[in-house]
Formats: sequence, C-alpha cells, structure tokens
Amino acid sequence: MLQGTLDMLILQTLVLGAAHGHTIAHAIERGSEDVLQIEHGSLYPALHRLEDRRWIASFWGTSENNRKAKYYRLTPAGRKQLLAQTTRWDEVVRAIGRILKPAAE
Amino acid sequence: MSWCRFLRRARWDQERREEIESYVQMESDDNIARGMPPDDARAAARRKFGNPTRVQEEIYRMNTITFLDTLVRDLRYALRMLARSPMFTAAALLTLALGIGGSTAIFGVIDSILIRPLAYPHSEALVGVWHTAPGLKGLGENLECTPSMYFTYREGNRTFQQFGVWNSNGASVTGTAEPELPRALFVTYGVLDALDVQPLLGRWFSQEDDTPGSAETVILTYGYWHRRFAGDRFIVGRTLTINATPHTVIGVMPREFRFQRDPELILPQRFDRTKVYLGDFSYQGIARLKPGVTMAQANADVARMLGIWLTAWAPTPGFDFTVFKNARLGPKVQPLSQEIVGDVGATLWVVMGTLILVLLIACANVANLLLVRGEGRQQELAIRAALGAGWGRIAREMLLESMMLGVLGGAAGLGLAFAGLRILVAKGPATLPRLGEIGIDPWVLAFALGVSLLSGALFGVIPVWKYAGPRVANALRGVGRTFSQGRERHRARNVLVVVQVALALVLLVCSGLMIRTFQHLRNLRPGFAQPEQIQILHSMAPQAIADQPERVMRMHNEILDKLAALPGVTSVGFANAAPLESFLSPNNPIYAQDKPLAKGQIPATRRFRMTAPGFFKTMGTRIVAGRDFTWTDLYEKRHVAMVSENLARGLWGDANAALGKRIRVGNSDAWREVVGVVEDVYDNGMQVKPPEIAYWPAMMDGWLFGGEHGFVTGFGMYAIRSNRAGTENLLKEVRQVIWSMNGRQPVFLVSTLKELYDQSMERTSFTLVMLAIAGGMALLLGIVGIYGVIAYAVSQRTREIGIRIAVGAQPAGLSRMFVRQGLQLAGVGAACGLAAAAGLTRLMSALLFGVTALDPVTYAAVSALLILAAALASYLPARRAAAVDPVEALRVE
Repeated sequence: MLQGTLDMLILQTLVLGAAHGHTIAHAIERGSEDVLQIEHGSLYPALHRLEDRRWIASFWGTSENNRKAKYYRLTPAGRKQLLAQTTRWDEVVRAIGRILKPAAE
Repeated sequence: MSWCRFLRRARWDQERREEIESYVQMESDDNIARGMPPDDARAAARRKFGNPTRVQEEIYRMNTITFLDTLVRDLRYALRMLARSPMFTAAALLTLALGIGGSTAIFGVIDSILIRPLAYPHSEALVGVWHTAPGLKGLGENLECTPSMYFTYREGNRTFQQFGVWNSNGASVTGTAEPELPRALFVTYGVLDALDVQPLLGRWFSQEDDTPGSAETVILTYGYWHRRFAGDRFIVGRTLTINATPHTVIGVMPREFRFQRDPELILPQRFDRTKVYLGDFSYQGIARLKPGVTMAQANADVARMLGIWLTAWAPTPGFDFTVFKNARLGPKVQPLSQEIVGDVGATLWVVMGTLILVLLIACANVANLLLVRGEGRQQELAIRAALGAGWGRIAREMLLESMMLGVLGGAAGLGLAFAGLRILVAKGPATLPRLGEIGIDPWVLAFALGVSLLSGALFGVIPVWKYAGPRVANALRGVGRTFSQGRERHRARNVLVVVQVALALVLLVCSGLMIRTFQHLRNLRPGFAQPEQIQILHSMAPQAIADQPERVMRMHNEILDKLAALPGVTSVGFANAAPLESFLSPNNPIYAQDKPLAKGQIPATRRFRMTAPGFFKTMGTRIVAGRDFTWTDLYEKRHVAMVSENLARGLWGDANAALGKRIRVGNSDAWREVVGVVEDVYDNGMQVKPPEIAYWPAMMDGWLFGGEHGFVTGFGMYAIRSNRAGTENLLKEVRQVIWSMNGRQPVFLVSTLKELYDQSMERTSFTLVMLAIAGGMALLLGIVGIYGVIAYAVSQRTREIGIRIAVGAQPAGLSRMFVRQGLQLAGVGAACGLAAAAGLTRLMSALLFGVTALDPVTYAAVSALLILAAALASYLPARRAAAVDPVEALRVE
C-alpha cells in the first residue's frame, strides 16, 4: 500500500462515525472489495500516530457483541486533514492518469 | 512525541495490549460465527492480525525519546563502571572535590561581595556623594560632605530622590548594669529613607528628629536590641541614657539591615543651621537617585550646587574664603557598592584565579587517571567496537562517565565549599566587606554545576580523543603485553604532567611572593616595639568636667599613676589614639613659620596625635632627636610640639634641623616650638607608607579645636606596657582603676597593640593563607601526577626491564633512567611555568610589598623545591624498577 494512504483510508472510514479497530480494518477491506489487503495489526500503529497528531480521538466503549473495545472518532482537525489529503490524492491520480492515458485532443 | 506519553509508557503499553486483545476476540467471534471451531478461530484471528509484539514495539518506539532512553541506560552503565574501580573513583573524586570546592567557595565570596547587589531595595540607585579637591594637597581625592552641603544639596538638588549625610562614632550608654560604648551611626533625615529598609518596629527618623532642640530619639539595630533587651517587643517608647542624655527609642531595624561599620545604635545627626560654615568635611553623603538619572547627570547636578554652596555659606572662622575657593571642589558621585566594596576586588580575583589553576591541575590529574584506565580498557572497547558499537556511542559513554565523575566531584566540592565558607565567615578578615552576607545562593550552585560539567567535559575529552576514535578496532591487535610500549602512547600523559607542573610552579611562585611580602612586612620596624606587651583601652572624662581642661588632665594623670603602680606594669602612656587607630586620628594642615605661603594657599595635611609624657616610651617609639613632652609642658601649656622623622625631613631636610623650628595649626593659632623628633610609625597599616605625624601635648591653650578654656583630650587611650597584657586579670584591675577615677564611664576598644598590628596585616595574611593552600594543593597534585606517570611506566615496562637486567643492566642505572624521565618532565614543566609566572604574577603586583613580581629568590627557590619534589616522586617508583626480578618478569606472560 502506498505510504500515507492508510492514514487517509482510516480517516475516510471514520467520517461515517466512531468505530473500533476491528470495524475499521474490515471496513477498509470490504470497501475496497478486498482489493486492498492490509495486515490488521499494522492498523494500530497508524491509529496511534493519528491520535498523536490529534486527527482522531479515542474512548473506551462496548462493542455490538458486548466486548470492551477502544473506539476512535474523527476530530475537526482530522476532518480538515482528510479533505486536504483527498484533494491532493485526486490531483495526483488525475495527473498520473493523464500521463498514462493521454486524452485525445 | 509528547513528554507525558514518554513518562507513562507502561500504561500506554498496557492499554495497547488490551486493544489488541479486544481485536483478536472480536475476530475470533466472527470466525466462530462463520462456523470455525474455537481454537482454529482464535489462531486465524491471530494470523489475520499479524505479529502483535512487533506492533507493540512500533508503538512503544513512537512513544520514546530515543536519546533520553539510552542516556538513562548509559548513566547506569557509567555508575556501574565507576563503582567497579573504587580506588580510581575515590582518587578522582577527592581531587575534583578539592578543585571544585575551592573555586566554588571563592566564587561564593566574590558573588556575595562583588556581584550580588547590596541588601537594599533597588540598590543600584544608591550613590555615595563625595568630592574631589585638586587644590587641597593630600586630601584631594576623596573629600566628604560638610554640614552646609547637607542643607544645600537637600534643598537644591534636581537628581536625588532622597539625600542625607551620616557619620559613625561611639555613643556611651550609661545607667545600665555595665556602662558601654556601642557603635553608633549618626544620620540626618534622608539617610534611612534613601536606604529604604523599613523598620521592624516603630518608625524612621522624621525631619523633626534632626532639628536641634526637639526630643532626643534613637533607633536600635536588631543585634543590639536582642543583646541588650532580649528582643523586647515593647521597647518602642522606652528611654535610654546616651551620652548622658535620655533618648526615646522610636524604632528597631530588621535583622537584615546592614550598614558600614555594623552600627548598633542609630541616632539623628543634628545641625544647627545658624552655626554651619563652609568647612568640616567629615560627613559621608548618601543619595538615592531619581529613576532614570545617570551618574553623569548626578555629578553635573552636584557641580552646579557646589557653585551655589560656595557663595551661600560663610567660611569657617579662622579660615579665609580663598582657601575654599582655591580648593577647586568638584563632584564625585559614585555607586554605593563601590564605596562599600572598596579595593578588595583585586585580592579576591587573584585568589579566584589561583583556585581556577588548582582546578585545572586537578582536571589534568583526573585526565591522567582516565588515560591509565583507558589503557586498561582498550581491549574491552575494541571488542565492543568489533561487535558493532559505533565509535560515537563509545565516545558518548566515556564522556558520560567523565561528566558523572565531574558532577559527583562537584557535589562533594559543594559540601567542602559550604564548610569552607562557614569557616571563612567565622574566621575571615573583619576588613572583608559584607562578610556576614557570604553564603551559597542559586548563582553559586549554578557555578558549581557549570564548573563540574565543564571540568568533566575537559578531562573527559582527552581519553575519548585518544581511545574512542575511529581507529578503535586497530587496538585489538596491539593488546596484551607482547609488544613494548610505543613512545606515542605516553605522549598525552606526558603533556598533562608537564601542564600540571607548570601550573603548580605558577601557584608556588604566587604563594612564594606573598610569603616574601609577609616577611618584608614583618621585618619592617613598625614604629613601636613588642606590641604584644602593650595593652590598649579607651575611656573618657565624665561630661560634668568636660569643659575644665585642668581637671580632665589631672584625672588622666592620676589614672596613669595608679596604672603604673599595678603589679607587672613597666610603663604607661596616654594619647588620643593608639598607632594603627587611624580612624580615631584627625588630619589637618600644619603651617611652618619659616615656610611662608601665598595668600589663600593651605599647606599639606598631616596626621595629628595628642600625647601625654611617657607615651613614646610605652610604645617603644624611638626619640630620634630632642626630648619627649613633660608634665610641666602640659600643665603650664607651654607652646611645644613634636614631629615624626619623615615630617622633619620633608620640611627641613633633617631630624636635628627640626629642633627649635616653630609650627602651628590654622592662621591664628600661636606658634609652637618643635622640641622632639620621633621615628616614623606605620599608622595606616604596614602596607602603606608611614604618614607624617605632628604630636601635640594632650592639653594646650587656645587652639583651633579648643573651646574658650583651651583644649584637652577628654576622650582618649591608655596604653599599659606589661607582660600581663591581654589577660583578663590585668583588665579587671585596670577597669577598676579607671572607674574609680572617672565615674564609671564606658571602657571600650580594648585590645593589645599586637592585635591591631595583626589586623592591619589581615588582608595580606588572608591572601597568603589562601595562596599557600592553593600552592600546597598544586604541589601535591603535581607530585601525584609525576608519581603516577613514572609508576605506570615502570609497571608497563616490567618485561623490558627484566630483559635489560637479564642481559646485564645495573639496577642503579635502571632507576636512574626512570628518575631522569621524571626530571625531564618536571624540567620542561618548570620552564613553561617560569615563563607563565613571569607574565601572570604582574597581575598581583598590587598585593606585593617590598618585593617585585619577578623576585629572583622566589623563582629560584620555588623551582628548586619543585625539581626536588619531582625527583622524589620519580625515585619512589623507579626504585621498584631496580628491584625487578628478571625471572619473574619474563615469566609473567
């Protein structure tokens, strides 16, 4: 996976609402129709890093099947960061697209 | 990365573990729901997660400040290494503690005296108001204020927030169990206000208190209040009989209040405005500048007011207006701190410099020890380097170990400094200003820490540079005793020893010069003999007979007769002050009949001493020509005088030529014939040229300072020459004699002349002791350095020595070889040291008397001493070389 994209995907997942690590991992996998295979463990350092930068916040809660779980939610700063990152991502994708498949004039 | 995460890593780690566990459980729940057996479900969940330990480590690292983390580990390692070689550690710590302790203690002194502001609020705005008078010979540099100036400055200034004048004196307190004469400070309104230290009880003086005719008041200082009144909270309002007049106590100053000469009582200084003249320069001015006023502005303001002052007041009776005009008075406003601290700075900086040198020597010594240790650890370091330790890491570890030594040594040194300062405050020279304020404050602590770290880095960097460089891996090859020692491996240690010897020589030269100075001062004839046998004490005639000179003189005469009759007393004398009590001795101009002056000119000032017959005999002051006063001279008020030899030479070229010449004081006094000339007396201390002194009879007719009834010394000093001087027994008898005659007036300033003499040399002896300690330490450390190098060389070359002996070398020749090596080092060091000393000792020339900074005797003696010590230090280990058994030495491998 591309450097930095995991952060973006996590933030994107949290736009819909607070979630714990297990949900986030599965959401990313499902959302990409299983194209993006991530090692679920690698999610946690990323979560830690995002929390450290105050883009997400965490709290302990109870999961749907009554397990104790740590939930993460997006902070306003994280929302701004997500917007910036997706914009940037779109630009890069468009640019790469233009190079690989030049549009017919 | 945040600090609080770093400090709470364990908790974070725990939380992370729980989170991971929660993931695994949820995933297995899902797997079970999909139909897997529980065990497989859990295993699959773990597979899906990946390696939890790695994840945890990654997060842990994110929470870590790597540098700090390894620092703590390295510090622990360094401590372990130090603890493993206790002898080395103890030697290094002791050396450092001495070096750092010494310089910290002296820094403490310098900090308290020179750096820390005076103990008054906003003390930088406080100034002393002085004058210059280029037209007055001998008085020109530091002229004080006159009472008339007090009025002019107080009312006309534009730059002072507060202004007042003060002077200190004794004031007798009677009507209590023991009559006494506490040190009193006389202040006008404005002095305490300028200092701005609030009283602990009661109030300051108001303008009313210093108006003549108002009720008499007094303020006590904390020490006196505690000593005499046991800290009575209700003291304000009580009365105290001071100088035979009742005074109401209006306040007590707080414990932290300090002032020059450490007063016990504070009394209002009163001037009668209608009776002040231009003259009487005997009050010190003090002012608090308005905010933002510079020293230059204040000086300009005083210069302006001097112009007004000169025309506003009448000249002192007996003096001509032109005298004051020609004196050409100018302003000299200077920071109060300068006035209080005076010239002690030079002494302190010299002492500080020497102690820094000792510290450098100590560092060199420790560096040497570290080098020896580094030698032993080469193999360890090489192996660690081979195992992949970066040389930067090894260097950091070694440096850390040195810094640790430095800090531990500094902590021990701080303890020493603390103890040293306690001793200094208790025993230090009383002439050291602000002595009571000396202590350890945060600045001193910071200094100690800084010096510790710096010296740690200084001596630590040498072995690092030598053993932790990138070449470290090569060392593996050369380890062991298979090879003889390379010359190059000794170079660093040799250089260090040379530096040590050179510095030690500089310090020894400094202390040698001080010893010579001291010797010189001791050999000077001070103008008196066997001062330890002369008991001195002061008292006064009662107020009731003060204006009857004859009665006062008869009283002194009878006291002297009775004192002379006491057992063991060989002679007695009386004068207004003893030699070396220059603070009690007036200075005034003297006119000589055969040296006429132009109108308006005044002659040079001389010290005055009023004496009764027997004074010179008691002091042991030789009469060079003529005779002493007689009682007849005194009682008949004959017009006679005596002069010191240097005064006679100055005026008439020769002692005998002075006899028969006539001198007087002021323009209107009678001429008085010089009947005797006495040898010079070092009246201002042994380090200062003896002043020219005019001696007058203790009782005279109409004279400048006398009233209408003539002049008599009411307030004076009895000198008793006896082998019982200084004993409590003699003093008891003497007090009884005096009190039986003068109605229990206070007896004060009791000491032997020897004590005054020692006090006058106090600063020199203080410097001497400090430098001698520094020099002794330097010599010791230098010797240890040489000894260490030679002893190590011998131990490293045992094999080589064994071979030499086996092939026929003589043992004596072998030890000579090592002694020669030691002497070579000492010789080079001494040569460098001599050159450095020649340059550096010039800085201390202000402290030297009767000896030049390049005194050849000192230089030769010190060099000889050092070389001798070096020879001894090398001979001891060299003897071991001669005793090597070749069979044993070769079997070592």
